[in-house]
Amino acid sequence: MEIKKGIGVSPGVVIGTAFVLDAEDLVVPRRQVAPAETGGEAERLGRAIAESMVELTDLRNAVEAKHGKELAGIFDFHLRILKDKSLLKQILAEINKNRSSAEYALSTVTRRSAQMFAEMKDKYFADRVKDIYDIERRVLRHLLGEKREDLSHLARDVVVIAHDMLPSQTAALDKLHVKGFATDVGGRTSHTAIVARAMGIPAVVGLGDITTEISGGDQVIIDGNRGVVIINPDEEQLAEHRELERKQVKFEAELTALSALPARTLDGHEVSLWANIEFPVDIDGALARGAGGIGLYRTEFLYLATADDHEVTEEEHYEAYADSLRRLGGKPLVIRTLDLGADKQTQARAASPERNPFLGDRSIRMCLHDIPMFKRQLRAIMRATVLGDVRIMFPMISTLMELRQAKMVLNDVMEELEDDSIPFRRDIPIGIMVEVPAAAYMANHFAKEVNFFSIGTNDLVQYMLAVDRTNERVAGLFCPAHPAVLGLVRDVIRAGARNSIGVSVCGEMAGDPLYTLLLLGLGLNTFSMNGPDIPEVKKIIRSTTLENARQVARKVMSFDSERQVMHFLREETRKFIPEAF
Amino acid sequence: MPSASRDIIVSNKLGLHARPAMQFVDLANQFKSDIKVTKFGDEPGEADGKSVMEMIILAATEGTRMRIDAEGEDAEDAVTKLVGLFESKFGEED
Repeated sequence: MEIKKGIGVSPGVVIGTAFVLDAEDLVVPRRQVAPAETGGEAERLGRAIAESMVELTDLRNAVEAKHGKELAGIFDFHLRILKDKSLLKQILAEINKNRSSAEYALSTVTRRSAQMFAEMKDKYFADRVKDIYDIERRVLRHLLGEKREDLSHLARDVVVIAHDMLPSQTAALDKLHVKGFATDVGGRTSHTAIVARAMGIPAVVGLGDITTEISGGDQVIIDGNRGVVIINPDEEQLAEHRELERKQVKFEAELTALSALPARTLDGHEVSLWANIEFPVDIDGALARGAGGIGLYRTEFLYLATADDHEVTEEEHYEAYADSLRRLGGKPLVIRTLDLGADKQTQARAASPERNPFLGDRSIRMCLHDIPMFKRQLRAIMRATVLGDVRIMFPMISTLMELRQAKMVLNDVMEELEDDSIPFRRDIPIGIMVEVPAAAYMANHFAKEVNFFSIGTNDLVQYMLAVDRTNERVAGLFCPAHPAVLGLVRDVIRAGARNSIGVSVCGEMAGDPLYTLLLLGLGLNTFSMNGPDIPEVKKIIRSTTLENARQVARKVMSFDSERQVMHFLREETRKFIPEAF
Repeated sequence: MPSASRDIIVSNKLGLHARPAMQFVDLANQFKSDIKVTKFGDEPGEADGKSVMEMIILAATEGTRMRIDAEGEDAEDAVTKLVGLFESKFGEED
């Protein structure tokens, strides 16, 4: 039994069987066998080892003939390991004492050995870890023979354990049978996190070396709420988590029943609950959860999900928008123009990486520096306006001049389309992300030049509190409940109301049930969040009155510390959803 | 049951890495006696002289003091030959 701590990036709890993804996607099918079968397993192991030795001897001879004795030496080493009596003794002990299958016994023992090697100080020995895995894979291949399990056709429910999940791997996964993810690397915005959230299954990333600690077939608990993975849990832990799982399933069923109902308070005040997406396919899940529209389409993923040297074309933009509108069936789609730059991928590809990407040439600034790229996206957006309710939003706007420039480029695009007789709707609603504090402070001025605001609380909090939330050393300081942030959010909402334009919040704060009462009470009418978060927010809204929310908000705005704010909100919210926190 | 024991110091530059370990184990496996190798120092350890895995995991670097113990009818012969291997630096020239 082992407990590993990582970053929980998709909520939920699942108890499942591990499917370890490695370079060859080999799966250990069974963990244990009946007592009568242990003899058979030992025999299978013996045969597989013998076959591997023949293979290795042939390999060794071939390499020696072609490249000489030195290089052939490594295969000699592999052969010695295979012949090693102590290793064989350990594996047979696993089979006989623990009734493990040959595959599982082999895996357990080799991983144990690999770990010992990995811990050695001398680099030469630490490098031998690769050899151990190589030997394991070779014997495993002989054991599995034809019975290799196909990633895209899983026979049973599993939780996927991997170093990292690439888009190509998730694309191939049998989504019906995957119930959770755990990876060595990654963070909140990595691909694993995104896919897990879209699928609504728990995920924990950044575990360090989980792939060396888990064998395929192991029983695993993945707790995406607490960011914990438990390998081979004991009875007590199993019971505890089964209870959590059961409660969660029940809770989920209740929440899904909510999806058809409106987000209306007890005293008749209705708000809009929309969803944030990265890919058009996310829309299906969002609609199933009751989303009334898409409040944020993060179009930069069109770039992040492609190869380094590929320029995203106008057609590719257009296809994505058309696909999204088809799925939405008339519901609104707010497209945010490219918000690239501070992410790792762009920095890695850049000719000269910036020292301070968050404050650098990113997002709208990058677009205004590369008009041809900007226009490709704008043209596609304008062409899509005839297919549904499209709205456009510019990110990271910090000055009125910037906004006017962006609108000018948009106008140019409209002129060009008109010249080419390509249909579009001129009255497309134009909005800005309010995330740079400067824009928030001048909300009144900006409100006169746009049709709507969307408050990007993620970046707003970072800029206001001078905290990089991806820096573990200070991530704890990141807190939307900071009174300064709340004050600014309130002022932006008021500025919107005063100028009769719509205001939404599309940062994480919108989907965090802790802040629902507060935002409602401050006058927010549109919340845009991850699909899976919608039901819980809706439940809170349906359980309270606008009057009560306003009272809560008034009280909160009188506090001077985050702690006070959060404590109070937790207490107030628990009155409606005791199981939320 | 006859037994024999000798202390030696690892004198080749790269220590007891894969190739010397294999040579040692190959030789040890030719004897009937049980062979035990002990490593002294700040990270002491013990290994079955006939298991290459265990010998490598000892991770004996240059300068490490070790003891070879043999127990069996050819114990004396085993220890002499195995020590000889160490003293010849496993055939590695400096």
